Amino acid sequence: MQSTLDFSHYLRSTSEGLVHLDLAVDGINCAGCMAKIERSLAKIPDVTSARVNLTDRRLALEWKAGTIDPAMLIDRLAELGYKAYPFERESSETKEADRASSLLRRLGVAAFAAMNVMMLSVPVWSGNAGDMLPEQRDFFHWLSALIVLPAAAYSAQPFFSSAWSALRRRGVNMDVPISVGITLALAMSLFETATHAEHAYFDAAIMLIAFLLAGRYLDQNMRRKTRAFAGNLAALKAETATKFIDGEEIATVPVAAIQPGDIVLLRPGERSAVDGNVISGRSEIDQSLITGETLPKTVAAGSPVYAGTLVRTGVLRVRVSAASEETLLSEISRLLENALQSRSRYLRLAERASRLYAPVVHAAALLTMIGWLIAGASLHDSVITAIAVLIITCPCALGLAIPAVQTVASGSLFGSGVLLNSGDAIERLAEVDHVIFDKTGTLTLPELDVTNAAAVPADVFALAGRVALSSRHPVAAAVARAAKAAAPLAGFEEEPGQGVHGTLDGAEIKFGRPSFCDAEDKANEILSRDPEASVVAFRYGLSCHVFAVRQRLRPDAAAVVASLQRQGIGVEIVSGDREPAVRAAADSLGICEWRAEVTPVDKIARIEEITRWGSKVLMVGDGLNDAPALAAAYASMSPISATHMSQSVADAVFLGEQLAPVEAAVVLSRKARHLMRQNLWFAVIYNALAVPVAIAGLVTPLIAAAAMSGSSVLVILNALRARIRAKGAV
Amino acid sequence: MEVLVILVPLAIMLGGAGLAGFLWSLKNGQYDDLDGAAWRAIADDEPVESKKG
Repeated sequence: MQSTLDFSHYLRSTSEGLVHLDLAVDGINCAGCMAKIERSLAKIPDVTSARVNLTDRRLALEWKAGTIDPAMLIDRLAELGYKAYPFERESSETKEADRASSLLRRLGVAAFAAMNVMMLSVPVWSGNAGDMLPEQRDFFHWLSALIVLPAAAYSAQPFFSSAWSALRRRGVNMDVPISVGITLALAMSLFETATHAEHAYFDAAIMLIAFLLAGRYLDQNMRRKTRAFAGNLAALKAETATKFIDGEEIATVPVAAIQPGDIVLLRPGERSAVDGNVISGRSEIDQSLITGETLPKTVAAGSPVYAGTLVRTGVLRVRVSAASEETLLSEISRLLENALQSRSRYLRLAERASRLYAPVVHAAALLTMIGWLIAGASLHDSVITAIAVLIITCPCALGLAIPAVQTVASGSLFGSGVLLNSGDAIERLAEVDHVIFDKTGTLTLPELDVTNAAAVPADVFALAGRVALSSRHPVAAAVARAAKAAAPLAGFEEEPGQGVHGTLDGAEIKFGRPSFCDAEDKANEILSRDPEASVVAFRYGLSCHVFAVRQRLRPDAAAVVASLQRQGIGVEIVSGDREPAVRAAADSLGICEWRAEVTPVDKIARIEEITRWGSKVLMVGDGLNDAPALAAAYASMSPISATHMSQSVADAVFLGEQLAPVEAAVVLSRKARHLMRQNLWFAVIYNALAVPVAIAGLVTPLIAAAAMSGSSVLVILNALRARIRAKGAV
Repeated sequence: MEVLVILVPLAIMLGGAGLAGFLWSLKNGQYDDLDGAAWRAIADDEPVESKKG
């Protein structure tokens, strides 16, 4: 399969006759991995460069054109224990990265200017008290102007352009007072310098710019990281499909190349990557990912098949109705696009506040100036006081209060395996006091597992696992996975719909349906005890064993449920699956509230019922049948294995085999909301104290800039607590 | 105070050199993988020479 995958889409030729390939690598998580991968790949002749990016979990490879088959490199990585997927940088990701590096460049320029101007300012400040000649002071001021004016013109552009575009739309944003403050401070300083005055404020202005840029860069860097991670996810999920090129000829192509109207072949064990209708063939399909129903369903010509469906027994030809671009990757990227753009309630509050803020601040500054003029102060002193008011009220603390916490909190959520889909998810998750779980694929793992492994001798189990590798049936795959089998046996053949057979050391081996292996008695015995299980039999010579295979609960599900209940959060199961299955899950997890065979409409009704009692519901589900409920709930989460539809409506997606991220999301969000409130209050109090002092004319613009920066730093430090606490908690 | 004629341009030049160095490192992609760079510094030994031929 893999060798037929066409890599040409991902390869890039460089000018020196080299070929460049970017791979998203699953499983890189430490420095050891980095060294291991780089060393072992660099050993391959003709590979000129192998460099791991530990931040983005990616590998950049270069080799001499025409010498190496990329599939070989992927195989080599697989031998090392890493799954690698070719990937293509999305344009949106490149844009975010460019923006981050442009901010960093501007920050560098502003910081350089600030440091050099400080060097000039310190002698002026100390010299003013002593014996500095006015000519020397003027010289230093002109020198500062020479450094600061070009540096500010360059590095403050993001604020200027954002303020300008807001003004053009006849709106006001936070960047307007910032831009006005910077421009006024610079113009005033220039005027002061030209008139040989004692004070100039170039240093204050450029430091203000540097601080603001630092905040923006941190925010941008977080976005860039999320974006890179999303890119990797897309690469990991990028599947291949078998497409009919003409009549009977087939080819394996990346799903991105499939168009609606194409005909694809689905073989047993394959998951459909497209939505479509069956043209010919007959098979049992497993739609548990879509409907939550664990019993297989039979499809024939004319039946619809959805992306995510697992084909179990027969071969199907499917005419594609919606290509993967519409169902999968684009959905994920659109999601993240929404996430980055949608603003949280507190953030919106902060933005509304700053929209109101700008006119108020400008009016206050103007009134201060007029007031001082009327009171008899000189024009010069009045303007200086007005600038101080403008700078000290610069809404940085207010503007940073929420985004800083959000950035840090989403970073720690990310570390706990939670990926936020919408910006306001944190605040909503924080308020949740009732959790509804779907069963299939949410409380249970999406993949099947052997339940009676202990009843089978270890050597038989290992052998059965190796035999099972020859089959593509999902139940066989579960046995192989449970036995941790890696080496398939040679000479085994699969009989479609029956099983695998072959010989080993003269004895016949059969693996498949109980009827195929003459093991119906044992199978019926297991089925009578556990009607939910799928059975598969293994006959080796005269000995015969039957494996029971079913979906397994997530390993930490019981602990997470108990911990949620301890925190006073109500937990219940609402599932579309049949009653015995749901009852069994609820019993083993210690959940007393459960509902089985619930239709999507009833799921919503249940959520509304709980909401009426005044509870805020967090819905955790993965199936297509959960999507409406996810949308209806106050907050929602989906596992990463969920259907694209569910992922797109959920507030957050969690990764991995564990259920712990659900708890982490609630706990961390609560902490983050607490810090957000603290920060907002801090900003409000700061302004309430500082503004009157500034209006009274007791603050020079320099002190104002220091106070403003100080408040921003305090707010950021407070936000960082979201991270420190998270480490202790999770 | 004549020393200023030398010192001031010298200081600005040094600062400018620092800035140039920063811009160069930025352009060179040295801020692309901060996590990795942190570990590379203390790796046991350098990965096998990556440029051959």
